[in-house]
Amino acid sequence: MSTLPMAGAPTNVNLVGLAKNDYRGNPTTLCQGCGHNSISNQIIAAMYELNVLPEKVVKFSGIGCSSKSPTYFMNRSFGFNSLHGRMPSIATGAMFGDHTLKGISVSGDGDTASIGMGQFKHIMRRNVNLVYIIENNGVYGLTKGQFSATAERGLALKKQGTNPYMPVDICMEGVVTNATFVARSFAGNPKQVKELIKAAFAHRGIAVLDIISPCVTFNNDETAYHSYGWGKDHEEPLHDITYVAPRNEIILEREMEAGEIREVAMHDGSVIILKNLEKGYDPTNRFEALRALEEAQRNNWLTTGLIYVNEDRATLDETYNLVDMPLNRLTEADLRPAPEMIDKVNALMF
Amino acid sequence: MTKVVNDFSIIVGTKNGSGSSTANNTILRAIFKMGIPVSGKNLFPSNIQGLPTWYTIRASKDGYLGRRETNEIVIAINPDSFTRDLASVAPGGAFYYASDIKLPITRADIAIYPIPIKDIIKKDPTIPNDFRDLVGNMVYVGALAEMIGIDLETIHAALSFHFKGKQKPIDMNLGAVKAGVEYAKTSLEKKDPYYLEHMDKTDGLIMADGNTAAAIGSIFGGAQFVAWYPITPATSLAEAMNDYFPMLRKREDGKHTYAVVQAEDELAAIGMTVGAGWSGLRAMTSTSGPGLSLMTEFAGLAYYAEVPIVVWDIQRIGPSTGLPTRTSQADLSFANNMGHGDNDIVILLPGNINECFDFGWQSFDLAERIQTPVLVLSDLDMGMNQWMSKPFEYPQTPMDRGKVLTEEDLEELKGNWGRYFDKDGDAIPYRTLPGNKHPMASYFTRGTGHDEYARYTEDSETFYRNMQRLKKKYVTAKGYVPKPVQFNGTGAKTAIMAYGSTEAAINEARDQLAKEHGLVTDFMRVRAFPFSPEVDEFVKKYDQIFVVEMNRDGQLHQLLSLDYPEHVMKFKSVAYGDGMPASAKWVREGILAKHTQPAAVTVEEKGKN
Repeated sequence: MSTLPMAGAPTNVNLVGLAKNDYRGNPTTLCQGCGHNSISNQIIAAMYELNVLPEKVVKFSGIGCSSKSPTYFMNRSFGFNSLHGRMPSIATGAMFGDHTLKGISVSGDGDTASIGMGQFKHIMRRNVNLVYIIENNGVYGLTKGQFSATAERGLALKKQGTNPYMPVDICMEGVVTNATFVARSFAGNPKQVKELIKAAFAHRGIAVLDIISPCVTFNNDETAYHSYGWGKDHEEPLHDITYVAPRNEIILEREMEAGEIREVAMHDGSVIILKNLEKGYDPTNRFEALRALEEAQRNNWLTTGLIYVNEDRATLDETYNLVDMPLNRLTEADLRPAPEMIDKVNALMF
Repeated sequence: MTKVVNDFSIIVGTKNGSGSSTANNTILRAIFKMGIPVSGKNLFPSNIQGLPTWYTIRASKDGYLGRRETNEIVIAINPDSFTRDLASVAPGGAFYYASDIKLPITRADIAIYPIPIKDIIKKDPTIPNDFRDLVGNMVYVGALAEMIGIDLETIHAALSFHFKGKQKPIDMNLGAVKAGVEYAKTSLEKKDPYYLEHMDKTDGLIMADGNTAAAIGSIFGGAQFVAWYPITPATSLAEAMNDYFPMLRKREDGKHTYAVVQAEDELAAIGMTVGAGWSGLRAMTSTSGPGLSLMTEFAGLAYYAEVPIVVWDIQRIGPSTGLPTRTSQADLSFANNMGHGDNDIVILLPGNINECFDFGWQSFDLAERIQTPVLVLSDLDMGMNQWMSKPFEYPQTPMDRGKVLTEEDLEELKGNWGRYFDKDGDAIPYRTLPGNKHPMASYFTRGTGHDEYARYTEDSETFYRNMQRLKKKYVTAKGYVPKPVQFNGTGAKTAIMAYGSTEAAINEARDQLAKEHGLVTDFMRVRAFPFSPEVDEFVKKYDQIFVVEMNRDGQLHQLLSLDYPEHVMKFKSVAYGDGMPASAKWVREGILAKHTQPAAVTVEEKGKN
């Protein structure tokens, strides 16, 4: 499987002899135009371009729209769609099974920053070897449009009223909890998303990737996402809650320059502000990372890019000094102590 | 005065955190070393330091190890419980107390032995000031030893074990013991009838607690992954795994074939366990009632997703504060229904230290064979107290890793397989493990909504079909779970059913019922859910069956009634839960109270245990 393509082999295969189709999943059942689909596509592209064997990847998710998406990429990889907010613990245990595998997990803002906040924080502490993508839209989609913990204060949603609470900044949480890789992107910037997925995959340890992924159905209010339209009157009433309008994905027309600040129009005319990190920004400096995040908060910026990385910390499996053979391939000879050990144990009792 | 030899109980009342456990364990072990059947139970509060705590020791020439409700010898070291302790001495018994406690002695029917512990310790120049309180406890050990006949050699052996051969603490403690002996020799006159004499009834036996046994048994079962969160009384199980893994799974390269992770809570502990079990590891977690509550959602998922895991529940009273350090058998109903929706959890019910060890390794075989969560219900009394026991026995059968398809298997099948197919007719499907390199190996795991190929579906028929298979799988489990233990052959038409740690008290009560009330009983201790065919047979055989358990509602009684509706009138619940380990007294009285044809009382009830 890992052989290089032979002369005369089709050219649309990568270095491990697989076509892009080998990385695809089932057709998506998410809304048309959902940013999550774009992210799934970038995962497929990144894995294809990185020449990853799908059998070396394990997929994880919790519950929610975002957590459905592992079905929509990499069918040849094992996957576990687990419980709401509990993906980190499933992944932590499962990655002990075979430490030569890499995990890719997809969660949402509710799954991570509300019900799953505790497990999110602790998987970062433990530095599990896992790409942890949060498809962040500030809203609960599957239950039809409630606020999540990343929704900004003052955001108004149909039926929910106005959000009275301060938002959770996932990247800030990541940096303060000593995640070894923290990045932010925007689903409408597929090239950056792909590049960051590649970087996250290449990182050994936990790689937190907060991807703002607008909900085309439930969080399409013009006041959404740090917008200039704050406080402006709605131009039109919200859609009927059961009606899902077909929309196109938001795609940046032009690549962003380093240090550039740009406004991006949302479906409904609201605006998102993207700011690329300055050239010369040192993502290995935790102090700078926190400063950059604080600056972004004060200015209502959505800072994207690689915010923090630390390549020096041991991953969880390294900390445990495991045998080279994957644990799930060990046999009785490795696992059951020899018969004479029973006498030794009995001798240790009184 | 007739001597009473090797058949009485001692209770020591001290302050929690005063270091008395070393002293009490020393008495227990010394008596064991003398060849006398003995049991010890720590009745402790939820507290680090200061609250009253008691330790009971029962010597029984007849081998009864259950708790007794009377104490012939009481040792009072704690002023706060002094009056209560004094009142608790059985008539004709003995009362030892720290004589710096200046409280009135109100009993004339017992022997009174003051011990000036503080003065004795002060006179010993070899004991540093900081150690006086700790070592002081050894003075009562010495005084007691002299008065009832524990020999110093066995005390020395107990101390050497406790301090792992470290000479300095051994000498210091032994010095205090000798001072106690000397004091008793010169200043106390024996006025009670209670004595110990050497026997040979503990030859070849060990002393261990159930949590240690469970941990070691699990390691012999090839445990690879343990995730846990601290909770009394389960903590010592996970800690014992940390203690014994390095020795039992030592490798030349110094690398590990296992991992023990202290999780942030029980939600994460079982989550990690499910993840590890799913990835093919022998994975377990240990907890108690409150933690089990938190683990419910994942247990349900593991049932539906068919992930093998082992969960040990060391039962206690809960939730929240109150009696978290007292024993209980009240998690059975909850465990049986763990998880929402239709559910059948395989439960193992160890009843002694050997079974804690055996179910340690057997639970993994069962979980991987059936592909389901296996709960093991122990309790605080079994888990944390020292019990004399037969030595641990090496597993008699090779590991059963269940139905796992390797790369070679898939090659042979040309990749044609489905995760949830009932290929063999036993309702147990085949699984593959992450890391399998075959391109057709992978599947996607989720809860209820999947077809035979593990593909997402919300189709009603497919869901129904899968649920029926899960039910059938639970029936398959009947053939794999441990069979019940039976004490039969009396020809009686009356029987007792129970589970777990109550066996000692029940067998003692059975002897008393037969001897003193003419009520002869057979006895079955069930060891697993689902009930195996032996339970069906047993239930059919008797006219009345007393179901004895340590909880309020009679949970085993309820479950038996549900499983055997045609026999429901036979079952009589003898349920009692007050946090204390079962005693022969409440078993006997409970049965007599419910017995439809009261047997003739042949011996006066008064003064009997």
